[in-house]
Amino acid sequence: MTRHAAFTNIWLATLLVLPQLLLVFVFFYWPTAEALYWAFTLEQPFGGSNQWVGLLNFTTVFRDPKYWNSVTVSVIFALATTALILAVSLGLALLVDRRLPGHQIYSFGYFIPYAMAAPAAGLAFRFIFSPNAGFVAAINTWFPNLWNPATDGVDAMILIILCQAWKSIGYSFVFFLAALQSIPRPLLEASAMDGAGILRRMRDVQVPLVMPTLFFLIIINLTDSFVDSFGIVDITTHGGPARATDLMVYKIYFDGFKAQDYSLAAAESIVLMVLVVGLTFIQFRYIERRVHYT
Amino acid sequence: MIERTPILNAVTQVILAVMLFVILIPFWMVFAAASHDFVTVNRVPMPLWPGGHLYENLAEVWVKGNFGTALVNSFISSVLVTVGKVFLASITAFSIVFFRYRARMLVFWAIFVTLMLPLEVRIVPTYAVAANVLTPFQQILDFAHIRVVLPEWNLLNTYPGLVLPLVATATGTFLYRQFYMTVPNELAEAAKMDGAGPLRFYWQILMPLSRSNMAALAAIMFVYAWNQYLWPLLVITDQQHFATATMQLQKMVPEGFGEPPVWNTAMAANLIVLLPPAIVSILLQRLIVRGLIVTEK
Repeated sequence: MTRHAAFTNIWLATLLVLPQLLLVFVFFYWPTAEALYWAFTLEQPFGGSNQWVGLLNFTTVFRDPKYWNSVTVSVIFALATTALILAVSLGLALLVDRRLPGHQIYSFGYFIPYAMAAPAAGLAFRFIFSPNAGFVAAINTWFPNLWNPATDGVDAMILIILCQAWKSIGYSFVFFLAALQSIPRPLLEASAMDGAGILRRMRDVQVPLVMPTLFFLIIINLTDSFVDSFGIVDITTHGGPARATDLMVYKIYFDGFKAQDYSLAAAESIVLMVLVVGLTFIQFRYIERRVHYT
Repeated sequence: MIERTPILNAVTQVILAVMLFVILIPFWMVFAAASHDFVTVNRVPMPLWPGGHLYENLAEVWVKGNFGTALVNSFISSVLVTVGKVFLASITAFSIVFFRYRARMLVFWAIFVTLMLPLEVRIVPTYAVAANVLTPFQQILDFAHIRVVLPEWNLLNTYPGLVLPLVATATGTFLYRQFYMTVPNELAEAAKMDGAGPLRFYWQILMPLSRSNMAALAAIMFVYAWNQYLWPLLVITDQQHFATATMQLQKMVPEGFGEPPVWNTAMAANLIVLLPPAIVSILLQRLIVRGLIVTEK
């Protein structure tokens, strides 16, 4: 990252990063520190300053099977959506990049669901996949009770995974396609001359060259699955049935704002933060070394 | 492109066409459902041919969801987020990539980490800060035993409250950094040799180079801001005047889990909420695609 021609005006450099650092301090680091403080303290029932309780909030959280359920559900959701999104969007981008007739229409159409708000997509999917209205309900007329996200946890999970994937494919697709299109054509022509067929070129030339994009998209999609899913869950399943879709962010929101237990919600937030930061850190260290920025 | 592969081409076309249908059909389903009356919308499977009740369903939810005010609020806050984010991301990444100073990597990491902890994860304390933005500074002053009392600055029910926390993330910065790192060193060297200072280099060379980047980021940010749901739900308590469009969807579903909403009006509300960002992304998408396609040379 070192440049020979880098500028050295330290004042200007500081001035340029200052606004964002200030925002990040107020709206990111301070709240995070506050969450830490709350996680290790308990509010007094009759006011006054918080009392230091050490790890009590964490042991409460970790002894709660409902919490572990929430963790499991979130991890399944994150992995399933990320894998589905990346596989489908990379596949579509590779096919669209072949530039057969009509490829512009496809690349145009695939991007549109990205414009959906999470709650809007959730509402649409709740209707389409409703057990007694809409379309998928038709399955139930042939096989009664085969599909019912309102009572079956697995169905509910499938519903939110499909919804999240549908909503996010366009975003990843656009990035993959842009990366594929920036690969110089002579490179592909050269490998064709060397006898590599279309599928071989995809595997050995195009996919390795879009690795930086893949890296970026893995992080974005994993994060998104934690973040954007709130709107979907809140509109479709409310975390149910029987907590089968009680994702971590939804549980934090519920414990913090509905149950008004800031300390518990803060402890849950800290665990989620540690998990996510650790994951990314490993990923960043591990993947960026194998990725070359062209 | 290079060789003749009729079978593979046909397979490609079929896959692409089927996926296009799968991806776009939900929009049609929402539209069709919004145009039926209560009885028709509950038939299984629902008729895909639109009915004649679209206008009355829209009129009903327009009042019920207070969309006249809500759409304006959504629009203003989304534009502010877009402009703020694109501007801040580009100057921050510029400083990190093109300047040489010790704290550079520290600054990068300090901002990059925010990508990992999105607003939703730290929602409870961020809400507390938004209730009085100067709290952090007040507490630092108190800690240093400096007796200055800062005024309270409450962001609840304001545009800055909707906007600022959304701008304080790393998405755009990261994207710009990735892009700036691909700018060849020789370009900066040449600019320097021609006597261009950093700001001139940024304005006359980097800006034009990053135009397509900027368009992509702006489109993404507008949609991102418009589609915010959890944060507005918390920061806006005066729903009569400051509600955003997406928040209103919550009013369309019953509280209890399992009870179905009134589908035709719910889908009409959905149509109102999804249409503006859909239109924007369709219009701006042409811009992105035009910028991104590298023509064969």
